[in-house]
Amino acid sequence: MHKRFITLWFHHLITDWQIIRKPALKEIPFVFAAPDHGRMMITSTHTEAEAQGITVGMRVADAKAIVYDLEVFDDKPGRNLKLLKGLGEWCIRYTPIIAIDAPDGLILDISGCAHLWGGEEAYLKEIVTRLQSKGYAVQAAMADTIGAAWAISRFGKTSPFVPNGEQATALLALPPIALRLEPAILSRLHKLGLYQISSFMGMPRSVLRRRFGEGLLLRLAQALGKEDEPIKPLQPIQPYEERLPCLEPIRTATAIEIAINRLLENICKRLQQEGKGVRMAVLKCYRIDGKILQVDIGTNRATHSIPHLFKLFELKIASIEPALGIELFILTASKVEDVPLLQEALWAGKPGLDDLAVVELLDRIAGKVGADKIHRYLPDEHYWPERSIKLAQSILEKPAITWRTDRPRPTQLLARPERIEVTAPIPDYPPMLFIYQSTRHPIKKADGPERIEREWWLEAGEHRDYYVVEDELGQRYWLFRSGHYTGDQSNQWFIHGFFA
Amino acid sequence: MPETKKDIINELQKNILAWQGFKSPVTGANELVGLGPVEAAFPNGIFPTGAIHEFLNEKPEHAAASGGFITGLLAPLMQQGRPCLWVGVSRTIFPPSLKVFGVEPHRIIFIDLKREKDVLWATEEALKCEGLAAVIAEVKEINLTASRRLQLAVEKSRVTGFILRNDIKKLSVTACIARWKITPLPSELEKGMPGVGFPRWDVELLKVRNGNPGKWKMEWSAGKFTSIIEPAAEKVLSHQRRKAG
Repeated sequence: MHKRFITLWFHHLITDWQIIRKPALKEIPFVFAAPDHGRMMITSTHTEAEAQGITVGMRVADAKAIVYDLEVFDDKPGRNLKLLKGLGEWCIRYTPIIAIDAPDGLILDISGCAHLWGGEEAYLKEIVTRLQSKGYAVQAAMADTIGAAWAISRFGKTSPFVPNGEQATALLALPPIALRLEPAILSRLHKLGLYQISSFMGMPRSVLRRRFGEGLLLRLAQALGKEDEPIKPLQPIQPYEERLPCLEPIRTATAIEIAINRLLENICKRLQQEGKGVRMAVLKCYRIDGKILQVDIGTNRATHSIPHLFKLFELKIASIEPALGIELFILTASKVEDVPLLQEALWAGKPGLDDLAVVELLDRIAGKVGADKIHRYLPDEHYWPERSIKLAQSILEKPAITWRTDRPRPTQLLARPERIEVTAPIPDYPPMLFIYQSTRHPIKKADGPERIEREWWLEAGEHRDYYVVEDELGQRYWLFRSGHYTGDQSNQWFIHGFFA
Repeated sequence: MPETKKDIINELQKNILAWQGFKSPVTGANELVGLGPVEAAFPNGIFPTGAIHEFLNEKPEHAAASGGFITGLLAPLMQQGRPCLWVGVSRTIFPPSLKVFGVEPHRIIFIDLKREKDVLWATEEALKCEGLAAVIAEVKEINLTASRRLQLAVEKSRVTGFILRNDIKKLSVTACIARWKITPLPSELEKGMPGVGFPRWDVELLKVRNGNPGKWKMEWSAGKFTSIIEPAAEKVLSHQRRKAG
């Protein structure tokens, strides 16, 4: 069967994407720019900006001289490839073989596909209109070779269709740049006055090779179909999903357990082969009466262990209400991560936070009461007591700084400092006694003050002067005075914690 | 003849201990928590790990003292690198302070729950997990059945459990191995020195299964428990009183 290809050219890929995200930009000239040798160079423009004379490769400063209110966005390298990958995966509905043609195109191998869509014309029209309705400006062409389709999509003036075997005639009138040649060859061709492909296509190969090298011959042969051009098709990731239809509707907990076990066996087999593990999974139960029940689980560490995942689901079985019966189960691993390969230990390894038993325990607790109830703290670089700890993001996160022990910190810290009544002899002295929850605490010993300034860049307010005090029973407290001593105000003292 | 009788009684006592879930000490494997004379109150003279201990707290001041005391016990238990779980409803423990008692605060996982029922469930699950060094649970009340369940869980996994009871009005019988009460004591400084001294507690063992309850004075200084000998403290006090008088 002979080959057919479509090439798609998104000439304003990045800017179109930006307009889709922010429709207000449609009327405003804007560009994307990236730093290059210490200046900002424009990497992509759109129609509005091009109409005012701004082109790719211009300096932003020059462009701003032309259009003073030009909006400039930062370009991120690799963004176009990401977009093309997404578009390519979307295009898999038209043909299974799709390759990215960097920097701004896609190649579709449509051999044997077009008739399914009612002929080549209808097929191409469908693709182009669907992409245009999404908001992407696209030019397409169809030919027997990638080279010819590429040339026509970028430089073709008439029909986007190149009939079977007629790529040579279609290319005749096009400039040499349509052959995807290197700039050095292009300038040499230009210097020699070869402005059209027709002017050198008929030349003997030996002459062309001597003057322009193998590159030109290869590109020409590829465009004419005399040489094969390999492409690297996109491989979309199959979702990690398993289905289990039931002949008889399922109504009992035992049956649900069996169903979950069977689904897990299938999904874990695949995960294990690929070295992946589940971080999040969703089980959907389709009931006879049309309702869909859903339970989800999460794990602290990627795992493909069936007993562990089953235990997590087991906690949720009680919440599945089968009513008249469940006819279909679908298990999806919605978040999947690589599982670090474990070497089997001859002796049990060093116990720690990443111990499998501990991680599985935390998963179970998170499954029952919610992951937001589990906290682990790391030291943070703040003196302000409330801010001196931060939550650890993951079970394996190590503290970046050491825990400080040079200042006294109470064993129990009140979530919110509570106001107390005090008697203080002279300014900047610890109080003689304080009343907390209507109990008098005469103070026998005291340490301090330790002044802790409020971090003004985070919040406004008074500083605190902390004292460690001990009452006559030996009970130790952490008190502070908010702000400076002002004489008559005795109500600015607070209790903030209890020492061991 | 009397010697044989004594031998028989000793043998029987040992058997009773074994039946009640005590493991006889393995020589060289003694896990010393550094409690000094307090340890002698326990059967075999060893602080029982892999058991449930209960702490009574009347006031937040007592809770702070118990928290410090337990953390001091945790340090040797966590030496092998195993983490520790702290389960509770309204937790006020301040992690950075634990470092003073020799525990890396980031190796403690806190579970802050909303319902008392969940606390007991999470504690039981955690006590079954062999990867943990200890589990600390703050509960309002615990009945015999619940504490029995916890005791059965630790007998298998050898995890040490600490139960902090913050509401001692509803005191019930439990299956815990020991019932403690830690109350703060005035700290002592070298004569004439200003400030607050090292944490000092009145350590009270109200109940010990197969042991001898008692009362001791302990101080946490230089990263370990130091027992304070009663007469010396007495002397200092009387000395002060005389001076005051």
